[in-house]
Amino acid sequence: MSAVLRGPVPAQGESGFTATAFNRRTLAFVIAAFVLVVAASEALAQIRTTGGSRGIVDALIKWTPLLLFGPPGEFGGFFLNIVVSFLAMAIGTVAGLTLGLGQISLHAPVRRVSWAVTQLFRNSPWLVLLFFVMLLMPYQVTVGGVTIPLPDWLKATFGLSLPIMANMAEIVRGAVNSIPTSQWECAESLAFTRMQTLWRIILPQCVKRMVPPWMNWYAILTMATPLISIVGVNDAMTLAQDALAAEQKTELLMPMYGMLLVFFFLYCYPIARWTIYLERKYAVKI
Amino acid sequence: MESLWDALRSLHDAQGINLVQFYNDFERSRLLRGMWTTVQLAVICIGFSVVIGIVGAWLQGSRHRLLRAVVQGYIQFFRNTPPLVQMYFFYFALGPQMPRIVNEYGIAQPMLGSFEWAVISLSFFAGAFNVEIFRSGIEAVQKSTVEAADSLCFNRLQTYRYVVLPLALRFCLPALNNNLVNLAKTTTQAYAIAVPETLYVASQIWSDHINVLEMMITLLTFYLVLVGVIVWLMTRLERALAVPGFGR
Repeated sequence: MSAVLRGPVPAQGESGFTATAFNRRTLAFVIAAFVLVVAASEALAQIRTTGGSRGIVDALIKWTPLLLFGPPGEFGGFFLNIVVSFLAMAIGTVAGLTLGLGQISLHAPVRRVSWAVTQLFRNSPWLVLLFFVMLLMPYQVTVGGVTIPLPDWLKATFGLSLPIMANMAEIVRGAVNSIPTSQWECAESLAFTRMQTLWRIILPQCVKRMVPPWMNWYAILTMATPLISIVGVNDAMTLAQDALAAEQKTELLMPMYGMLLVFFFLYCYPIARWTIYLERKYAVKI
Repeated sequence: MESLWDALRSLHDAQGINLVQFYNDFERSRLLRGMWTTVQLAVICIGFSVVIGIVGAWLQGSRHRLLRAVVQGYIQFFRNTPPLVQMYFFYFALGPQMPRIVNEYGIAQPMLGSFEWAVISLSFFAGAFNVEIFRSGIEAVQKSTVEAADSLCFNRLQTYRYVVLPLALRFCLPALNNNLVNLAKTTTQAYAIAVPETLYVASQIWSDHINVLEMMITLLTFYLVLVGVIVWLMTRLERALAVPGFGR
């Protein structure tokens, strides 16, 4: 019988999904592809160069610490991508929670403004918002006579937290709306104020539902962090290009960019797997 | 039109609000060309990514384990790596390996320009998501429907083409809508490989005229309209394709 008739083939652990960080076959595929790219480039480099030159593998090993941690004594590299993603997520979550609660406010103007802000930042491209913040935010702020400098990477973090804020607001609104009305009514009958109901009864129940989409957005945010290289922050992408410029080797192009892709894959793939696992675990069984 | 441009020009003189991208003929045509490029980029990528999604979802139902593993690897890799790095990989790493052709001026140039590479990389990126979306749609098609097709002597391809896919397409339209909007927004990344799309042109204009705020608002408005149009079209498509017996 044909494959379609057999029913769809289970994609990564549809049945018997376990919470391992990697699907073994997918990981093997990615590693094999990367090794193939490196090997092919190495072979090409050996054919083209006439002795004395450093091989592709050596070059990759030489630049890996720079790509991961940035120049010695400075803040940069893949580590900076991770720091930016954590910070932007934290800012975006807090702001998004406020905005999401604003959307279910009892005051119509607050509700309308929150809705408009959410739609604006949700439907704008990340890169445009990033430029928006980078170009229109001052490089330092003076609060009560104290001047606080705003380095580029911090401004970029604010820029990336804007879309996260808007999407978090939607998640919060959706989660609050998914709580049965009876919960609100019960709380009211027990003389809880609206504030108390929200913070002690509704939101604690929302957390479970919000965790999987929240993690999903964290992964999306992490994958958006290389955008900050366009606005001139020393992240892994910028440093990879610097390293390529220093080496001046066309054979190094594919392995170097490939390595960067593998870094991000190794970081984001387990998060995606974990998200699916939690989604299934917290799913409402009908 | 002329009087409107004059009004905007006097607005600049009087208030310092510089909407040069509208009243200056050169800047306006430049901006419009940028917007046209964005629309082209979005439409072509949407087309290719949907094709990739349909073919990929079909291959995922294949009998060959290796083929399924390759499709799965492609999906997971493209879903879990940054689209910008993918684009750089395609343009800067794969681009130079391609053969060069001689253009009409007798100068050797790369076979694929930055626009083509942007199309390729964005299509593969969005296509990876589309495969998953179409697969979920195919899974939602009832088994009895497929069995009915089987009993009518449809072979595997016919079942897929005439029974499963038309239904699956309808089931996955909302999710597809989301992904296509996302794709339209991701086209801004083509800025990084110097495709003259809206963001790229806008950055040129604000560098020339230092009217960042005005340009930014124009940009945001443009993208909101673009996203709005896509959502509107998809909703209309959803309504036009609705079949009785499913959903509400």
